[in-house]
Amino acid sequence: MSNSYHIAIIGAGPAGLSAAGRAAEYDAESGASAPSYVLLEGFSIFAKTIQKYQKGKHVMDEPGFLNLRSPVPFTAGKREKILGEWQDSIDTGINIRYDSEVVAIDGERGSFDITLGSGDHIAAEHIVLSIGTQGNPRSLGVAADNESDFVRYTLDDPAEFQGETIVVIGAGDAAIENAIALADYNTVYIVNRRNEFSRAKDGNLNAVLAAINDRKKAFYCHYESTVAGLELPTDSGAAGTITLNTASGEERIECHRIIARLGTVPPRRFVESCGIEIASDSADAVPDVDRHYQSNVPGLYIIGALGGYPLIKQAMNQGYDVVEFIHGKETKPADYPLLQDQFSGLPYVMDAEDVLSLYQTRVPMFRKMNPLAFRELIIESRIIVSVPAAELANQPAAAERTTVFVAADEPLYRHGEFGTTFYTLVEGEVKLQLDEDGEWHKIKPGQFFGEMSLISGRPRQGDAVVSEDAILIETPRRIMVKLMNSNEEVRQGIDRVFIMRALQAAFQPKLKLSELADIADRVTSRQYKAGESLFSEGETGDSLQLIRSGTVMLSRGDSRLVVAQRHSGEMVGQMALMGAALRRDTATAAVRTETLEIQRPEFLAMVNSQPEQVAVLQGELSGLLTKSNKMASQPESARAIGFLMEQGLGEATNALVIDESLCVGCDNCERACAETHDGISRLQREEGASLGQLHIPVACRHCELPHCMKDCPPDAIRRSASGEVFITDSCIGCGNCETNCPYDAIKLSYPAPPKPGLFSWLLFGHGPGPGEEAGFGPADENAIKKAVKCDACLDQAGGPACVRACPTGAAVRLGPEQFVELVEAR
Amino acid sequence: MRTSLLAWENSKYLRWALMLGVASILLYVSQMGGAQPPNGGTWQGYVLGTVGALLIVWLSVLGVRKRRYASNLGTVQGWTSAHVYLGAMLLLVASLHCAAQFGWNVHTLAYALMCIVIVSGFYGLYAYMHLPSRVAENNGGRARPAWLAELAELDAAIHDLAEGSDAELQGIAISALDMTRLGGSTRQQLSARDYSLVQLPGGGRPVANPEQTVVIDHLSRRIPNAQKTSEAELLNELLALFGRRQLILHVLRRDIRLQGLLKVWLLLHIPVTIALLVALLIHIISVFIYW
Repeated sequence: MSNSYHIAIIGAGPAGLSAAGRAAEYDAESGASAPSYVLLEGFSIFAKTIQKYQKGKHVMDEPGFLNLRSPVPFTAGKREKILGEWQDSIDTGINIRYDSEVVAIDGERGSFDITLGSGDHIAAEHIVLSIGTQGNPRSLGVAADNESDFVRYTLDDPAEFQGETIVVIGAGDAAIENAIALADYNTVYIVNRRNEFSRAKDGNLNAVLAAINDRKKAFYCHYESTVAGLELPTDSGAAGTITLNTASGEERIECHRIIARLGTVPPRRFVESCGIEIASDSADAVPDVDRHYQSNVPGLYIIGALGGYPLIKQAMNQGYDVVEFIHGKETKPADYPLLQDQFSGLPYVMDAEDVLSLYQTRVPMFRKMNPLAFRELIIESRIIVSVPAAELANQPAAAERTTVFVAADEPLYRHGEFGTTFYTLVEGEVKLQLDEDGEWHKIKPGQFFGEMSLISGRPRQGDAVVSEDAILIETPRRIMVKLMNSNEEVRQGIDRVFIMRALQAAFQPKLKLSELADIADRVTSRQYKAGESLFSEGETGDSLQLIRSGTVMLSRGDSRLVVAQRHSGEMVGQMALMGAALRRDTATAAVRTETLEIQRPEFLAMVNSQPEQVAVLQGELSGLLTKSNKMASQPESARAIGFLMEQGLGEATNALVIDESLCVGCDNCERACAETHDGISRLQREEGASLGQLHIPVACRHCELPHCMKDCPPDAIRRSASGEVFITDSCIGCGNCETNCPYDAIKLSYPAPPKPGLFSWLLFGHGPGPGEEAGFGPADENAIKKAVKCDACLDQAGGPACVRACPTGAAVRLGPEQFVELVEAR
Repeated sequence: MRTSLLAWENSKYLRWALMLGVASILLYVSQMGGAQPPNGGTWQGYVLGTVGALLIVWLSVLGVRKRRYASNLGTVQGWTSAHVYLGAMLLLVASLHCAAQFGWNVHTLAYALMCIVIVSGFYGLYAYMHLPSRVAENNGGRARPAWLAELAELDAAIHDLAEGSDAELQGIAISALDMTRLGGSTRQQLSARDYSLVQLPGGGRPVANPEQTVVIDHLSRRIPNAQKTSEAELLNELLALFGRRQLILHVLRRDIRLQGLLKVWLLLHIPVTIALLVALLIHIISVFIYW
């Protein structure tokens, strides 16, 4: 077999399969006798990530607006159906080489040298890297440790094994969960390198300790042990042996199977070893590629999740396109019609690709982006054109992903609205306030605004008004965050403007922009984890901190009484610069918090330029001191505030709190929730923490910077202008939000069956009655679990049903600004 | 922020109810010195009767409104607040309507049923105002499922320990677990009496084990007589577990009792309301027939 190819595709996931499929088509056309490409897969199976999905899982084909362009089929359906179709594609002639892990890539375009784990070498003119981001499982590191029937690095179905002796290696959540599931029908040994399970989640930690201590369970743990060697079973069904290095010497265990769950090796190091640059240290940073998916190494292409495209369809389209590009075809990408739609309402006639490059050159920040990232930004953004209010009605109705028309000289958004989008002005002018009824600032083409909501998650501060014939790009938060994480220059640019505007809003300095920029450069950004302190009581300080995101609590005395909470946009520690340098309180981050630390000289420069503002700041400070001293004199209230902060309510914008001195336990809140939300309650009244008579049920708090929105592949989680965070129908049920929510407020659920009407229940006893639980499973085999959470009754005219349905007034919804009122009223 | 249903909107419906009361009294007084003594048959009596009947129907509609979860017609708290004040005032309106003319007939039956509903409602109001804080206090920040989960863990731990002990100890510990009673009939739930039993060594019928005291006493007595350290340790551990179990069972029993007291009045309030509506209908029809 020849080991030299035109194209080597590394990684047989959806992207790699699609690329190989297209390459195979080229071979068929040219009538090549031997394949001109090879698809290299490190494992013995293709599409490893999808193979690992649970049986029968429904795989979605988001985004719906994009068409598939690939010889390999893919439509939404069951995991088995999709994998079966891909297997068929492979069988009809894809040149795939399994168990060929690539360990090194050397050389350059035209003559790459690929080294495999086995020591073999493959020569290729072009390389397509489609290895995804999951990484490969860490191996045991002893002889004969490659995946086999005896040694496994994944566990699909614990019920597959019964009556065996199984050794599970690892101490993380995956290892514990596997070991406990296997222990129902097998003898299980779990091997932990350390002397405790410190990496595991609380629930798993308790479960594994309970299992180890349970004398009736055949569940044993070897602490401080490593794997020294393996002896494979002589024939199938027989037992093999594993040798452990334990604290008390070597130990041999006869076993039928070894499940190694040692985590994965992230692909980053390998990617960088190929010479590919990743600009940012951020964990989600993606390598830069050009419009043809080519990385900084000529001839080395990156597609799919590794390039920042986690959805299957996008990845498959890229696989097709990249082979086209390598063959020198200037194919218009599959998303070209989408671009045309985006630009359809522009006041000039121009090819969409040209408009794209024009806009990229017009905005300084975008010039620093690679064209592919910019293209994605435009496709995911809304293009906004302003027209005179009178003409608005004559414009074509906005469809999904076409140009959006707005009325000129009217607010684009108003003060107090929640917004998660970021605006870039391409043409025209925008008038912007930085605070309610504040001074108007002019935004010129090439500049941007909306960075504050992006970074701090706060509602918009002040209005924004567009002039006539303005063109704006409105980009969703998710895309901007991804961009900032992978492009350091963009991040710094946005950050600098954020700091300048935050300083303007807080101190209203009368300084030239260049002077303000100087000050902004001298301000230090600080980050604190929940529980970390910014400064402590009794220290002397010479700076104040302006909170850019998160919440800080101020506490006093040995008992740490919480006397005040400060939120994004507010300051802490200003006493040091406006009164006595001795810190009277300890400032602690209640949740993950970012601040801007401003030292005395910068502070003075700003306030001296605007002496009237000094009185305002002093007035605010006195008000705050009065409040915190009052709080300090009410230890009960202070403790209650401390409790609310401890429960993470500092980052809430709209939280459900139950007053237990009024709650009669009727559960009408849960019923009202279920009845107004497709039969599934999004709150659990009884669960959650209590202190005194305050109870925080498990329900969404609509966080300032929602954790759930962080990592949603189809971008299904949105925030409305009035602040409600909700999940749209495009949810694919991946469960990322459920994992990311620290408050357990999201669960995956099958849709509930429709309920009978009141009378057919009352008279004929059909189905569950009003407010009764339906007790349901999947309606049919195509039903899939989707994420459900509280939407704060966004579409209910009267507001949250839970509150409206409470007969005794025990249930209230509130934001942090009402906490003091809540605890003092008691 | 904390607004009880009595204080809802500054007790707006208290003012409504008082106005209704004053108007009813004025109407009643205006009958004095007429051709006939005050009764349900004067025009004033008819007005009071109509108002009373409409009130009764409206008061029972709370049960429907409560289940119209998407309704925007006020809030359930507002409705409940009005229900309480206007329901209390109904007692006056109906009494003035009948002018204390009672007899062994359906008319008086309707009145009597109404009184039962209103009085049970007063109890309900008392319960709603006072019991929730006691429930919260008793639960100590954990809801019933959390207590039950801990109880299950304790029981499993006691089981495991008991299995490694002598037959006598095993018998007493496991029978104490098996014969623990929680809940039971409505009466048992409300009384919070402990009907738990335990089988003592030496056969015979199981004896009462209220609040786990018998098994705890037994364990405490055995500890000083333990022959081996391991036995003493085991006994001590069991004692600690049963001590915790005693506490949890106590909390749960009180919780069951308090939660029961919060709900039990509805067993009277609702069915009697239905009976009242039927009696009221008969009352109205018969009055019109025998006009």
